[in-house]
Amino acid sequence: MLQQFIFAGFGGQGILTAGLLLANTASVHGKEVIWMPSYGSEMRGGTANCSVKIDDEMISSPFIKKIDYLVVMNKPSLDKFLPQVKEGGTVIMDSSIITDAPEMPGLHRVCVPANEICEKLKNARGANICMLGALAGSSDLFTKEEYEAGINDYFAGKPQFHEGNMAAFEEGYQCAKGE
Amino acid sequence: MKKLMKGNNALAEAAILAGCRFFAGYPITPQTEILEYLAKNLPERGGHFVQTESELAGINMIVGAAATGFRAMTSSAGPGFSLKQEGISYLCSMELPAVIVDVMRYGIGLGNIVLGQGDYFQAVKGGGHGGYKVPVYAPSSVQENVDYITLAFDTAEAYRTPVLLLSDGAIGQMAESVELPEAKEHDPDKYDWTLKGRDAAHPTGRKMTDRIYYDFKYNEYDPHIRERYGKMEEELQKWEEIELADAEVILVSYGISSRVCKEAVKLARRKGWKVGMIRPITLWPFPKKAFEKTNQTAKAYLSVEMNACGQMVEDVALYGRGVSVYSYPSGRVIADPEVILQKIAGIFDGTEKEVF
Repeated sequence: MLQQFIFAGFGGQGILTAGLLLANTASVHGKEVIWMPSYGSEMRGGTANCSVKIDDEMISSPFIKKIDYLVVMNKPSLDKFLPQVKEGGTVIMDSSIITDAPEMPGLHRVCVPANEICEKLKNARGANICMLGALAGSSDLFTKEEYEAGINDYFAGKPQFHEGNMAAFEEGYQCAKGE
Repeated sequence: MKKLMKGNNALAEAAILAGCRFFAGYPITPQTEILEYLAKNLPERGGHFVQTESELAGINMIVGAAATGFRAMTSSAGPGFSLKQEGISYLCSMELPAVIVDVMRYGIGLGNIVLGQGDYFQAVKGGGHGGYKVPVYAPSSVQENVDYITLAFDTAEAYRTPVLLLSDGAIGQMAESVELPEAKEHDPDKYDWTLKGRDAAHPTGRKMTDRIYYDFKYNEYDPHIRERYGKMEEELQKWEEIELADAEVILVSYGISSRVCKEAVKLARRKGWKVGMIRPITLWPFPKKAFEKTNQTAKAYLSVEMNACGQMVEDVALYGRGVSVYSYPSGRVIADPEVILQKIAGIFDGTEKEVF
């Protein structure tokens, strides 16, 4: 079944990479997948987003109108994309950055303090992977092992980050499971 | 095994696998990843990468590399692609094979860096001077970027012509799973027409120039040109057909817009509407063979493309003679499947206005 995702946040948080890691996980496990970045006058500190579509069959259009899973790491992104989330869809937000999120009747709201978690782990740049862990924990698209394979395949040339990445992923995963 | 790759990177890798060993070009969004990828990878694999001082230098270096038989490529977008037109005309006059990539961006002049389909006329109708034609492949996915860049090099040599690959900002930037082909080694000395210096058969060396500037074969010129382009037009047409058997309304769309149209066809079929699609894969030669069949059965063609006024729609009208032609130029944003359905409904109930 077609699943549609938006990952959004400030430029520099690694939000496009979080989307790519999901896309790579899907690709490694033989799913049809399209990842598409927003681009334009984006810069560090501005907002950036990417979309991911995953299906068992060929995906015709790469563009997204309705969102199943929204992963956001700042308030402007939440405001921008919330109206597009489907009834019954899931919104995963970094609650250490978005502190004034509205109630979301009809939606599954998951708050993960990804920045705080990663500061404790002394891996401040791992917040994007922590958010991906939270997505894994609040959906049953892929198993934890499947994500790990997808992430490792993507970072194949950088084994030094493996441990840090997986710790951030695990914390996000557990945090979302606990919600 | 399939691999997740961005469109621009996949195109660049496929060019190397096809035996391309020379690239010269200048960065411009949204095609810069092609240069980044080749700058790193081409020298490591026995090729030459030159970031030139301008697009003009880029295309003219391609002329030189092609003349020596190397598989050569350049790429650009927007105003950079305009600058390459003179060189493309020269490649045509010298009958040299080369591949030129245009990753289309939106708008006139500097325009904007977002995706678009505004270069149809420029690519298909001779963006440079003199009345040449070049085969134009229009990929609609990352996999087709790979498939058609490979084919582009083969076509270029088979017909001794430059070939254009008309991609766009979305296909260049998005990532999909792709299957890469086997690597091919290209022998630059395998053709007898390439510049190789003197030998027994060519005691004063070879020359390579415009066919009528130094050869003075005026009477042979036009018949030769007509035969050349006539052969390409007959042999190179390529297209995809979707649900055409009983289709009353046929969408005509290429590249990224065709992806949205495929979704619209699915949605229309779910409603029980008889809707199909012709997707031109070669924009020149335009797939008129597809239209020769559907002209007998279709009630309407709806051309869908991402520019302000419609461009391909003129070819749809030309080759879809006798059938009503409608246009949905979606402008700066990609076509919306819902709007396509509204337009189809309007065609069925007579409220949508014909453009030709």
